[in-house]
Parts: sequence; structure tokens; C-alpha cells
Amino acid sequence: MGKIFFFAVLALVVVSGLIFAPAESKLAIHPMDQFIVQPLFGGDHVSWYTPTNVTLWMGLAVAAVFALLVLGSSRRAIVPGRTQSVAELAYGFIYKMVEDVAGKDGVKFFPYIMTLFMFIVMANFLGLIPMSFTTTSHIAVTAILAALVFFTVTIVGFVKNGAGFLGLFWVSSAPLALRPILAIIELISYFVRPVSHSIRLAGNVMAGHAVLKVFAGFAGALGLFSFLPIFAITAVYALEVLVAFIQAYVFTILTCVYLKDALHPSH
Amino acid sequence: MEGDIAQLGQFVGAGLAAIGSGAAAIGVGHVAGNFLAGALRNPSAAAGQTATLFIGIAFAEALGIFSFLVALLLMFAV
Repeated sequence: MGKIFFFAVLALVVVSGLIFAPAESKLAIHPMDQFIVQPLFGGDHVSWYTPTNVTLWMGLAVAAVFALLVLGSSRRAIVPGRTQSVAELAYGFIYKMVEDVAGKDGVKFFPYIMTLFMFIVMANFLGLIPMSFTTTSHIAVTAILAALVFFTVTIVGFVKNGAGFLGLFWVSSAPLALRPILAIIELISYFVRPVSHSIRLAGNVMAGHAVLKVFAGFAGALGLFSFLPIFAITAVYALEVLVAFIQAYVFTILTCVYLKDALHPSH
Repeated sequence: MEGDIAQLGQFVGAGLAAIGSGAAAIGVGHVAGNFLAGALRNPSAAAGQTATLFIGIAFAEALGIFSFLVALLLMFAV
């Protein structure tokens, strides 16, 4: 049952990649063309309600998470199969991370952090399928994720600690004369968090995919020696698989670090 | 050859900002290299510190990201 659904999602991914591929796919491709947001059903006007390729690939990422976690573990076998093993491995991995980094009382936020991780990792991996669209390469997408984390953490910090949350900016281990200056620096670094948090993910994913397309352009231009860039693409692709996972991991672990700061703001 | 002096400044500035990405690469290399040096001295303690490694890499990378942001702003927003 779960397996059938999984293959159905995979087939849907491949078919939609072929159907909704850019219509004017010339040989000379621009490396940034793969990031263009376009409506699914013709036209070129994009409003907030228009279903675009971003909508499609985000939906597919959610469907993939559903296939892995809900359907993959629905049999509840004592001896897990392959899909159930991966689902259990992901659950245990994130649970241990939240417990280690954010502390025991951070476990309450485990569902949120698990959702973040699974969505980002699936969006990254689906983006690695040729002709697909990488939703996490857009700063608009990652900025929303990071802003949600930022507001969650700030609200949790104030609800849990009241005004004591401001102790995060008051470095009590530093000499008294230095503390106001450090407070300003800490305040700036606090508000810059969502910026670096979002651009790290989007920048890494976007740069990697652009590199792949640049090498693909070389392959078209070199003629007989086009096997050289194709080998390079293979190597860069392997690196991109690694980056897709590590960036999702880094996004999640930074969320845990910020959560720890909110729960225990003493410096 | 066309364009104006402001565009020239934009492109030169974006290129200069890209140097910051290289500097961040040095920082990330320092973090990872020192982690490896420590891990080879005491391999049994290394497994517990991988989370710290990634947090350190992320913080070192953050400052490179700001130079990348400056380059992006110069190219597309100014």
C-alpha cells in the first residue's frame, strides 16, 4: 500500500517534470532559467493565488513526506521494512538532535522541528530530479520558514521567561563597562539571525543548481570533449546530494540552537 | 560597449563582495580542519561533537552569507 503510493508519487513527479517543463527549452540554456516561477496552466501573470510550479513542487514535497512517514510506517511491523526503517531513522535522528541541542524541555517543539526538517529535506531532494523545480532555492520560501522560526522563538522566549528573556542580550560574564556595547552587538546579531538562516539554505541550493547548469552549458559547447563536463556534472551532483541533506540538517539544528536560547536565555 | 558608470560600480562592487565568500571558505576550513585534528587525537569524543561542528560551520558561514547578500543586492536591488 505504502509502496504503491510511493511509486505513484514518483511517477507523478517525473510526469509533471516532463509536462510542466519550460516550453521554450533551447539548447543554449541560461543557468538561472531553472529558477523562473511560472503559472502551471498557461499565461504569465502571477498573483498570490495562481498555482505555479512552486505550488506544484511544494505539494509534491508534502506528498513525499506523507508517503514516507505516514504510509511508510502504517504497517507498524515489529521487524521494519526498508521504508519503515528510513522513517524510524529520521524520527530518531531528529528526536535525538532536539533533545541534545535544545534540552529536555525543548522536546515539546519536536513536531514543529520534525516538520521543518522533513519538508526541507524532501524539497531539496525533489529539486535534484532533472527538469524539476527547487522550491528551497527561492529566498521567498526560505525567508518565510526562517521568519516563522524567528517569531516562534521570540514569542516562546517572552512567554517562558517574561522580561528575563532580555538577559540574552545582557552578557553578565563581561565587565560592566563593556556590557552596553555587547548588548547592542547581541541585539544586532539577534535580528540578523533570520537573514543568515534563510539565505544560507537558499544560497547553497541555488548556487549548486546553477553550477550544474553551467557545466551542462560547457557540455554543449565542447563537442567531442563533452564527456569531461559530464563527468564533472556527476561529481557535482553527488556533492549536491550531500549539500541537500546537510543544509536541511543545518537549518534544523540552528532552529534547535535558537530554541535553546529562548528557553534558557541566561548568558 | 554600453552602460553607465553606476552599472560599472555595481558590477565591480558585486565582484569585490564575492571576495567575502572566499574569506568565509577559509573560516569554514579552519573549523572543519581543527575538528578533524581534535577528532584524530581523541576519536572516542568526536561523535558527540558533530552537532557542535555543524553549528560552528554555520556561524562561520553566516558572515560569508552577508557578503553574498551584498553582492545580490548590488546586482538586483540597487
